[in-house]
Amino acid sequence: MSKTSNRTLTLIHLYPDLLNLYGDRGNIITLRRRCEWRGITLQVHSASLGEKAAFDDADLVFMGGGSDREQTLLFQDFQQHKGPALVEAAEGGLPLLSVCGGYQLLGLYYRTHTGEEMPGLGLFDAWTEAGSTRLIGNVVAQAPLLGEQATLVGFENHSGRTFLGSRGGIQPLAQVTAGFGNNGDDQGEGAVYKNAVGTYLHGPVLPKNPALADWLLSKALERRYGGGSLSTLQDTWENRAHLSVAQRFGKK
Amino acid sequence: MLSPRLLAGLWMGKTAIWLNRRFGHGGTSFPGGIGRRVAPQILTALARQLKRGAMVVTGTNGKTTTSKMLAAIVEKSSLTLTHNRAGANLVGGITTAFIDSATIGGSITSDLGIIEVDEATIPQLVREVQPKGVVVTNFFRDQLDRFGELDKTVSLVGEALRLLPVQSIAVLNADDPLVASLGKDFPGRVLYFGIDDRSYGAREMLQSAETRFCRLCGHPLTYDWFFFGQLGHYRCSHCGFERPEPKIKVTGIQLKGEEGSAFTVETPRGTWQLELSTPGFYNIYNALAAIASAIRLDLPEKAIRAGLQGYRTNFGRMERIELEDGRRAFLALIKNPTGCDEVIRTLVQNRGPKRLLVIINDNAADGRDISWLWDADFESLEPVYPELRSVFTSGLRGEDMALRLNYTGIPAESIRYEANVESAIRSALEMTEPGETLYILPTYTALLESKAALTRLGHSPHYWEE
Ligand SMILES: [Zn+2]
Repeated sequence: MSKTSNRTLTLIHLYPDLLNLYGDRGNIITLRRRCEWRGITLQVHSASLGEKAAFDDADLVFMGGGSDREQTLLFQDFQQHKGPALVEAAEGGLPLLSVCGGYQLLGLYYRTHTGEEMPGLGLFDAWTEAGSTRLIGNVVAQAPLLGEQATLVGFENHSGRTFLGSRGGIQPLAQVTAGFGNNGDDQGEGAVYKNAVGTYLHGPVLPKNPALADWLLSKALERRYGGGSLSTLQDTWENRAHLSVAQRFGKK
Repeated sequence: MLSPRLLAGLWMGKTAIWLNRRFGHGGTSFPGGIGRRVAPQILTALARQLKRGAMVVTGTNGKTTTSKMLAAIVEKSSLTLTHNRAGANLVGGITTAFIDSATIGGSITSDLGIIEVDEATIPQLVREVQPKGVVVTNFFRDQLDRFGELDKTVSLVGEALRLLPVQSIAVLNADDPLVASLGKDFPGRVLYFGIDDRSYGAREMLQSAETRFCRLCGHPLTYDWFFFGQLGHYRCSHCGFERPEPKIKVTGIQLKGEEGSAFTVETPRGTWQLELSTPGFYNIYNALAAIASAIRLDLPEKAIRAGLQGYRTNFGRMERIELEDGRRAFLALIKNPTGCDEVIRTLVQNRGPKRLLVIINDNAADGRDISWLWDADFESLEPVYPELRSVFTSGLRGEDMALRLNYTGIPAESIRYEANVESAIRSALEMTEPGETLYILPTYTALLESKAALTRLGHSPHYWEE
């Protein structure tokens, strides 16, 4: 299994101490193992409040979700310091995975119940409106980005409703067949813009969706090493856990 | 005496309890629910007859254990009590316990009430019962899909405390900043408990910490010491909020693995050396909460000592199952990262060949969202990998669990999954050899299934009878 290549990738984990709801650290664990199993070294740098993030040298960025209080805490820091540089890097093709709150922060704005608009970073041509109920439950979705018949599975828990525009060819990451997705209305789940992905899926999303993990890693390798393949892994439990959700909760 | 309407509610409830026992279905909250539909005031009418009032226990982890430890102390004090033992901690189940404990004429003859209550139910309960005190053990993320966010839960409990009658007292965990912050704006009396001994824990943050931020001003807290999760010795350098000096504190701890622990506790009534038969560091917090409540209720030291020493592990909280031929099995409920981490820590402390069976369900009572499996620190099993003879998973989400363990570094091919809980337990027991220990770690509904399966397989410990 261990090909002796000396490939190294660097991941920046944004606000790991604040944005850590619903098992999202599982995404980091997954990326780390999937690199390790292929002889790739994954260096993980965390960047929280007041810390610098060198996106120029990074190959991947991860940003999770937090509670309202935690998101308020980091809002200024993100707006003023890390956010603009992150947007610039992502416009240049830096692969990025943002989940739930992180996904919302990268949109145009978040409109609260009282009509106030909290501006986002505007990487995604997407906006979020506060909803009156939480959208909670298992999700099964079609994700052609990851392969012809590929599905995406996970668990969502959000009250914001996100809507996508069309700037820059932004697309939903997947089309839900069970669950709510972005807004419970148009079947869209998440967003893909260049190599940046936003999603509402916890679970966490990467362990049970190895195709998405590998999509991010391939993009990272492409940028860093101008290609270079990812060897195939057995993915025994990855696939079984994925299938168990798809079969149990997916519409027949 | 009760009004005709209340009596009608009581009798309806009693009939439902009888039917329940006779035919074995309907659930523990159903009789109380019926009684309340007929007579909405029934819980208030019954609870107000308690001679020495009621103590209420809430919090994320340890409320069942704490209230049972307290019940053991009360019993050693030769007092009678009404207690929702079955762990039905919503208002229906609590009402059932009171209906069951009342005479046919509607009198409650118990001295004391001990009520374990779900965090979401506590404001209503305080309104109806007007307890003598409320114990808050800790706040961790648990079944988030049911409550929304932790902040809301904490605020809800704070709101309930403000509804307490003036002579009531709040018994709060000083080491949990989320709990202790409730004491800040509480106008009544507060009794804090905490652990001073730093022989356990770490100067650095451990895994699956909940929140390190000051609930009062939002700035990061500074910690001198962490026990687990966000529990420790902390202060906020921004607004000055800090760990309150506990009146009831543990100053010396000796952990004795599966045998339990011994510790020194300083109280306003003197310094005591106590023994606890229930293993796990976190159970010292539960014991402390029970001791604080007992002190509030003026129960004698002798009863506190005897109650804690005699108290056996609660249902599913690291229970020992007797097997023949020098084989051993332990059963421990896991339901959220912090509790799970503590179970893993106890498991790792015990050396020797072992086998592991983790059973994960995602029924409503378990929490539908199982992403907490990735917040739990299964990586800390690593030191016992050489001792781990086999690894099984089972339950509705057993494949997810297999995946989780695979990513801690256990090879995919050495993990065995059996969907059916009983056959998984049977296989694991069959493989367990003399001198080996089997650890069974189920979620809540999986624990119920495991218990039934173990009974069918002839391994039912007596202290399961409640
Ligand atoms: Zn503060």
